[in-house]
Amino acid sequence: MAKIVVDVMLKAEILDPQGNAVAAALPRLGFTFAQSVRQGKRFEIEVAGEPTPAQLADVEKAAEVLLSNPVIENYVVRVEK
Amino acid sequence: MRVGVVTFPGTLDDRDAARAVRAGGAEAVELWHGDADLKNVDAVILPGGFSYGDYLRCGAISRFAPVMTLIIEQANKGMPLLGICNGFQVLCESHLLPGALTRNSDLHFLCRDQKISIENVETPWTSNFSQGQEILIPLKNGEGSFQCDDATLAALEGEGRIIARYVGDNPNGSRNLIAGITNAHGNVVGLMPHPEHAIDPLTGPSADGLGFFTSILNAMVK
Repeated sequence: MAKIVVDVMLKAEILDPQGNAVAAALPRLGFTFAQSVRQGKRFEIEVAGEPTPAQLADVEKAAEVLLSNPVIENYVVRVEK
Repeated sequence: MRVGVVTFPGTLDDRDAARAVRAGGAEAVELWHGDADLKNVDAVILPGGFSYGDYLRCGAISRFAPVMTLIIEQANKGMPLLGICNGFQVLCESHLLPGALTRNSDLHFLCRDQKISIENVETPWTSNFSQGQEILIPLKNGEGSFQCDDATLAALEGEGRIIARYVGDNPNGSRNLIAGITNAHGNVVGLMPHPEHAIDPLTGPSADGLGFFTSILNAMVK
């Protein structure tokens, strides 16, 4: 069984109020390392056996039409060993 | 004159939308998300709420409901279609309208009476208003910040496709104070605040919202 991971992030130019709220909360806890924080989504998709090129192409398609909204988000598909 | 009102699982405002349709003088027809049947309606309203629990993104899953396939097909042929709040989000996810609705800039769920100005009175949903008319209707959402790229914004502005703007402070970070837009053809309208909750001073802040529902009747009778 392998895992296909799809990471979805808001595009850089889209305001991320959740990321900003996290960035503002960190220093209150004494964590001063963050210049900025962006928050995204991660999908973990399990498939039987090694993912085939056709499966990966289908995941790309699904990422484009359902998992992300291309108007405001980018996505990256990868296989996790 | 039959106006369909769609109920998705998680829709909240279908009853008020149907009541507003009747108050406007048309017949309200219940449409179910799982039915591939538009019951011969002349126009459709996608009401507010949290369809499919807002899972994934607001409106992202509703877009693929069986009833939406027919609605998208008819809207592309010119059928008047109004999406209110969550309905507006569904229209953007369906690519019937450009842009996207994102989380309010201050993260708060807003619920308040909001003044908006009507900026395009050419659509079948706004023809009973006067250009620049200011109306007071409820605004209630967590993800109402309208975002799009610069080219889309320039097109919306240049083509007069912004049908309503917030008056006063920007409540949610929407670009150019956008409260509602229409498509290039003018038959599909998305609106973030709620006219269906303002058709009677007894239960709303005004009766200003009724104009959307009398407009559609006039548009269809013409």
